[in-house]
Amino acid sequence: MSDWTQRIQDISGVNPRKCMKCGKCTAACPAYDRMEYHPHQFVDMVQSGRVEELMASRGIYTCLSCFACVERCPRNVEPAHIIEAVRLAVIRQQGGNHMKPDQIPGLLEEDLPQQAITSALRKYSKGG
Amino acid sequence: MTYAYFPGCTLKTQAADLDRWGRVSMEALGITLEELPQWQCCGAVYPLAKDEIASRLSSVRALMDARALNRPLVTLCSACHHVIKRTNCDIARDETFRDRANTYLAPETPYAGETQVLHYLEVLRDAVGFDNLAKQVKNPLTGKKIGAYYGCLLLRPSRQMAFDDPENPTIMEDFIRAIGAEPVIYAQRNECCGGYVTLEDRSLARTRAAAVEDNAAAQGAETLTTACPLCLYNLQKNGGGKLPVVYFTELLAQALGLKEEAQ
Repeated sequence: MSDWTQRIQDISGVNPRKCMKCGKCTAACPAYDRMEYHPHQFVDMVQSGRVEELMASRGIYTCLSCFACVERCPRNVEPAHIIEAVRLAVIRQQGGNHMKPDQIPGLLEEDLPQQAITSALRKYSKGG
Repeated sequence: MTYAYFPGCTLKTQAADLDRWGRVSMEALGITLEELPQWQCCGAVYPLAKDEIASRLSSVRALMDARALNRPLVTLCSACHHVIKRTNCDIARDETFRDRANTYLAPETPYAGETQVLHYLEVLRDAVGFDNLAKQVKNPLTGKKIGAYYGCLLLRPSRQMAFDDPENPTIMEDFIRAIGAEPVIYAQRNECCGGYVTLEDRSLARTRAAAVEDNAAAQGAETLTTACPLCLYNLQKNGGGKLPVVYFTELLAQALGLKEEAQ
C-alpha cells in the first residue's frame, strides 16, 4: 500500500476496499459532471495508490458535501469522506491553503450569510 | 416546557428572521426556547476527517452546557443542527474522540453524549404535534402552494441525523398542511442546491439552485420554504428568481397571526 493510500485511510477512516464498484455514488452526485475524476474514481484511485493525481484535480474543491453519495452507497464506503481527506492532504501542507482570509473582503456581498464564509474557510484553508 | 436553544452565528445576523419568528411562534405554542448563556460558532461544516478534534469542540461545549441545564438542545439552522447532532453521535460512539474531547475540555463529569439534540421541526412534530398546531392556526395559508426545500443537512446521513426518511421525507409537508397550505412534492427537494460552493464556483451554485427552483416551479410550487440560511441565500441569489424563498418559521408566525401583531 502506498504511503498516500494509508494517509487517506487514516484521515478519512474509510476503507476503499469495501467498494463493490456499483457507481451509485457518481450517479447520485449533483456535481459529478464538474469533476475530472468522479466519486467512484476517487475510491478506486485511492485504493490503487493514484492519490497524487487526485490531489492535483479541481474536483476536490467541487464536492458539495451534500452526502448523497454517503447516503446512497450500499456498502457504506462514504466517498465524501475520501474526497475531503484528499483535499485535506493538499491544504494541510505548508502554503497549501486554497482560500485565504485576505480574499474574503473581495467576495463579500450585503446579503451573504456568515455561514458561507465560515464554511468556505473551514473547507479550503488549514495550513500556514 | 423549556428547551435549551443554540441559535448560531447566522441567526444573529443575516438570518435574524429565521430566529425571530421561530422564537415568538414557539412561545405562542407554549414552549420557551432559552438561549444558552454562552455559545460559540459550531464551525458551519461538520469536519469529515476522523483526526480533527478541535473543530468539533465548540459543539461539545454547547452540548455540555445543555446537559448542565438538564434540557434538550434545540437548533433552527440546518447547518448548526447537522454539526451539533453529528458531534453528539461521535462522542457517544467514537471512543477516541470522546477521550480526546474530554481530556481537552476537562469537564467535572466526562461528557458521553447525554444531551438530546432536536431540530425545531422535530419539536413542532413531537412536542407540539401537527394536529394541535393546526388547531392554533389563526390565519390559515389556504390555497398557497408551497414547496418544502429540505436540502442535505437535515436528512443526511440518515444513520446519524435520524430526522426523517432521507429519500421520501414528510415532516415539512406535514408542517405545510398544518398551517393550512398545500405542499408541492418535487424531485429536487432533497437534492443539494450547491450553497457551499457559492464563493468557490458560482456557476455550479447557479446550475444547482436553478435545477431546484425550476423543478419546484414545474410541479406548481409558488413559494419555497427552508430551514437553512445558506440554502435561502443561494436559491434567492443564484436560482434565477422564479420563486420567492422564505424561512418556514416566517410562514409559521404568519399562520399563527403573530406577524400582523408585530407589524
